[in-house]
Amino acid sequence: MAELSLEFGAVSRTVERETVTSQAAQLSDEALLAAVARSDEAALAELYDRFGRIAYGLALRVLRDSALAEDAVQDAFLNVWRSAERFEAGRAKASTWVLTFVHRRAVDLVRREERRRTEPEEAAPEPAAPGADEDVERRSKRDVVQGALRRLPPEQREAIELAYYGGYTQSELAERLGEPLGTIKSRMFTGLQRLRAVLDEAGFEAAAP
Amino acid sequence: MSQEPHDLVAAYALDALDNHERAAFERHLDECEQCRAQLEELQGATVALAYAEGAEPPPELRERILAAARSENGKVVQFPRRRWLFPATAAAAAAAAFVAIGVGLWANSLSRDLDRERSANAGYARALQLLGGGAEVTRLADAEGRLLVAPDGEAALVVCGLQPAPEEKTYEAWVIEGKTPRPAGLFRGGRGCPPVLLEKKVRPGTQVAVTLERKGGATRPTGPILVRSEAV
Repeated sequence: MAELSLEFGAVSRTVERETVTSQAAQLSDEALLAAVARSDEAALAELYDRFGRIAYGLALRVLRDSALAEDAVQDAFLNVWRSAERFEAGRAKASTWVLTFVHRRAVDLVRREERRRTEPEEAAPEPAAPGADEDVERRSKRDVVQGALRRLPPEQREAIELAYYGGYTQSELAERLGEPLGTIKSRMFTGLQRLRAVLDEAGFEAAAP
Repeated sequence: MSQEPHDLVAAYALDALDNHERAAFERHLDECEQCRAQLEELQGATVALAYAEGAEPPPELRERILAAARSENGKVVQFPRRRWLFPATAAAAAAAAFVAIGVGLWANSLSRDLDRERSANAGYARALQLLGGGAEVTRLADAEGRLLVAPDGEAALVVCGLQPAPEEKTYEAWVIEGKTPRPAGLFRGGRGCPPVLLEKKVRPGTQVAVTLERKGGATRPTGPILVRSEAV
């Protein structure tokens, strides 16, 4: 037992800290995650600087409450901090990995809060006001995605938006839209495939910024 | 209503599965290369959906995240965690508690450490009473288990798979109100999912956390957070 407690101390002392903020900025998203996996705090800060804005915008859209959105983003980044070593660069992109954490956390919270059930679905999310400092690249990404969504058949777009931004489960969607579950599944599937095709065509790349 | 696992890949990519379906699909995903490839393709679209938004987070969020990460000090202490094949629901915890009570009562008559057994049994019994009394069940963020909170704030923390604390150490529970952690009891951890009755009421908006501290406990947490409940 004494040995075990010694070990606690020893491990914490040997955690490597590479406080090289300037270097972190040069790394690819994937390399940055590898640095986060080594408990590099500067890398976590850089990761937040790259994805925090998208993460917060997403969480806010789903949760419609700034305090809850902050919680979701914080939980998600801490989750990244704790589990970055499980990230496999070959299997997914870092952006997908990080934003999946954020989205899942936001959806879990919105389901628990039952927030969306008390609000009319049409209530527009707080519009992401294009801040003066918002750079062109980021704005153009947003335009591309919004444009791609508009090109989907309305029923596919509806299923995707209610699921992704509304946090509804497929069964809730089927009930809400009065359609068989199979129909909902195929709308989501076909819609996502089409969205992917349109985005590929537009050269959309999900990476920071 | 067919639930062919392959059908679920789009719903999974959109996070449109409930917890049960999600867990089942993830098991399927481990075995189905085709679904993994398809998921990767569809996630290219779902991740783009995140970019349709974008909003400036409050500036203090960055520092809060970094401070929290710092206080966890990376992944220093990794406890082996028991994986439940199904979500560790309150029912499962209650069933475990029932079995444990049976075993515990038997062990009681043999144990030299009668008092400890008694207090453990009291913990199980009280946790069950809380459940029966309509306690709210909240998930834990970093471990299997649940936080049970009675309407009056009395609470029991059920944590699964925390190794027994080392000899000169103890686990300490905290109720975090705002940013202030308040001590809520010491415990040893151990096999299964022993419930810990908290010595502080758990109010809405607070969180419960567990750290490892020197024997006797601390008044402020000094160790990394090992277990955390979602906000109650």
